[in-house]
Amino acid sequence: MSEPQTNEAQKNEALKNKPSAKKSVKWGEAPKLTILDALYLPAIVSGLATAVRHAVSGKATTRQYPEVEPEIPPNYRGVHRLNRDEAGRVKCVACYMCQTACPANCIEIIAAPAPKDDPHWKDRDKFPATFTIDELRCIYCGMCEEACPVDAIELTSIYDLTGMTREEMIFDKEKLLSVFDETVKTGRDPVRTNRGKLGPAAELSSTAKDAPPPPGRGKSG
Amino acid sequence: MVKVKVNDIEVDADPKDNCILAARKAGVEIPHYCWHESLSVVASCRMCLVEVGETKPDGTVAMGPKLVPGCQTPIKEGTIIRTDSSKVKTSQQMTLELLLLNHPLDCSICDQAGECYLQDYTYKYGKAHSRLDEPKIQREDKYHIGEQIALFTDRCVMCTRCVRFTREISGTAELQVVARGSHEEIDVFPDTPCNNKLAGNVVDLCPVGALCSKDFLYKKRVWWLKHADSVCTGCSTGCSVQVDQNDNKVYRLRPRENPQAQGHFMCDEGRFGFKYIHDERRIKYPRLKAPSATTNATVRSTEPSDLTFADPWPMVLADTRKRIQTAIQNDPSGFVVVLSAFMTVEEAYLLASYIKGIDSRTKLTLGPIPIVGSDDLYPKGPKGQSPAADKVKFTIRAEKCPNRTGIEAILRHFEGSVIQAESLGKSSASAWFVVGGYSSGWVNEKIDQAVGTPSLLIVQDIFPSPLSERADVVLAAGSFAERDGTYVNHAGLAQATHASIRPPEQARADGRILMDLAGRAGLFNAMALRKEIGTKIPELSAIATGDLGEHGVRLAKFANRPAAAKS
Repeated sequence: MSEPQTNEAQKNEALKNKPSAKKSVKWGEAPKLTILDALYLPAIVSGLATAVRHAVSGKATTRQYPEVEPEIPPNYRGVHRLNRDEAGRVKCVACYMCQTACPANCIEIIAAPAPKDDPHWKDRDKFPATFTIDELRCIYCGMCEEACPVDAIELTSIYDLTGMTREEMIFDKEKLLSVFDETVKTGRDPVRTNRGKLGPAAELSSTAKDAPPPPGRGKSG
Repeated sequence: MVKVKVNDIEVDADPKDNCILAARKAGVEIPHYCWHESLSVVASCRMCLVEVGETKPDGTVAMGPKLVPGCQTPIKEGTIIRTDSSKVKTSQQMTLELLLLNHPLDCSICDQAGECYLQDYTYKYGKAHSRLDEPKIQREDKYHIGEQIALFTDRCVMCTRCVRFTREISGTAELQVVARGSHEEIDVFPDTPCNNKLAGNVVDLCPVGALCSKDFLYKKRVWWLKHADSVCTGCSTGCSVQVDQNDNKVYRLRPRENPQAQGHFMCDEGRFGFKYIHDERRIKYPRLKAPSATTNATVRSTEPSDLTFADPWPMVLADTRKRIQTAIQNDPSGFVVVLSAFMTVEEAYLLASYIKGIDSRTKLTLGPIPIVGSDDLYPKGPKGQSPAADKVKFTIRAEKCPNRTGIEAILRHFEGSVIQAESLGKSSASAWFVVGGYSSGWVNEKIDQAVGTPSLLIVQDIFPSPLSERADVVLAAGSFAERDGTYVNHAGLAQATHASIRPPEQARADGRILMDLAGRAGLFNAMALRKEIGTKIPELSAIATGDLGEHGVRLAKFANRPAAAKS
């Protein structure tokens, strides 16, 4: 019992003596266990007391889900959506930043040149031909949302995602756009940011404030 | 050699160097856009402005009053270069701010993002923000520049590297600068798109994302590409290339600078000619025809126990070995091996030593050498004529295979002379081991008739051919991107090539097949084999070092030849 502790203490001592530790780390001592603490009895008793107090207080804390849906905090990270721009096109420019940032490798994009002949797509160069997210593989960390330079991908507050097969949990571009169409209507998930332009230099342009922000490249007016 | 001081670091530099090269020798980077080693100097980007001074005979240092472009300033004994003064740093910041003034900052959709010098230099030397409060000038993208080239005009920094390339290296001069001042743009002359055989190089030369390859456009973000040093197999120039792949798919080839082989560039035939390696028609499984069976029986039907089929190779190779031994026993001088000029030196050595090891009366021959037209020399003259021999900066060779020199050396060692397989005449042998690996159909009438229908035909190839159709054994081999080994180019330069991807399905790189076939212990290791070959074959003794480095080594026989490229 005593030997590993000494080793541990020696290790701690060695750590503390490192030049970097002396500067930046504040070292604290773990409180030593008394005999009473070592018995664990006081802890058990205090735990029981908490349970009894709640039991007799009469305030029920059971949530009646699914009859009563919980209030979801605004920063909840649920199912993804792909935002649309003013013209109703997918806002995503297929820069692959979300796919690069994703720690779970659940996003897969295939980019294509935008159909320039179509007047609807005239001001766009690149767009996602396919955009799939494996909602089962996703860990809902929100890194994709943070990485997105055009605020195209956002996490909604939808928390009760279910499906019968693995295949239907792989959301494609249409499905993700439909999540956007659904969630903007409910008002629960407003489009969080509305920058739309690319890059800080584009931000500084004075005329850009008047013109509608171009959705794709930062050709600020 | 002259002594130069760069930021107080003393360094020996070539008197022909400019400040950028001298600083590079001292480990100091001078940022630059317009300057390129193989192009003329224009000093137009102003990114490489540095402080330059000299050491007076009495030892005092006199710095110049103004900043000078490092690319244009020659050095001499005692030159002092400063790149870390606040004067230089402010200048770099201002230059970058100017270059980015009308830049759209569309990195998120730009193919160059990740390998862009605007990004890199802004990060290292630039400012975080722009003071521009005016609207940016927008310019139309130009997709008409060339079949393979698109110009995103507003990303351009007007370094004119591309213009100088088409004037100085390809000599075709399609590109030009139109308009002046802030209206300057790169464009082609009317109705003369940039479609010359070296056009793809302007995409590599472009330090920013202005010139993009249409072939690679939006296919992959560059930070996902994994690189392997390789050698282009398009012709016997043997350009050093870098194979960029991701997830077992090759996305592009890019030239790797090698003054020994080709210089900085490569031709479009090689650049875009790699796509056959992902062709659906490739031979993906080894195949075995039972001796008595009339139809092509697959491996599956020759051995019924299913579990062994996860890997058909041990069975196929054991059977092939048996067949080879029987055939050689029956008629040793009637056993002919055809080595392909697409094989690496190591693979040819493995096969040659294995067959000759069984019986020295067997015959080794050289397969067809594809020759298309004549050597294409650059820079072209104004009327498209070839340059004088001493002015050549790039050559696309007529011999469309990478390793004739290496295979001939192997043949001279094992067979004594180089016999062309095509010259053997109709049905001249009872058993054939034919190696292909060519990038396209290679079985001509002569070789087809020479092989005829022998009692044993083994074909090791990547594409089906008339020979593989009637072969008794088909060994599914690997393409150049799947092999490790050595190619010896026309000038005797032995370069190492490295595997970048796995062969499709059950196909295997030739070296691995031959290693197992010859029953040699261990895995295929190109470096170890190079050492063995170098010690056994005097002609190839140069590769005995094993590690050939990035630029390769020249065989002793060719030592007096001048380096192939000056570009």
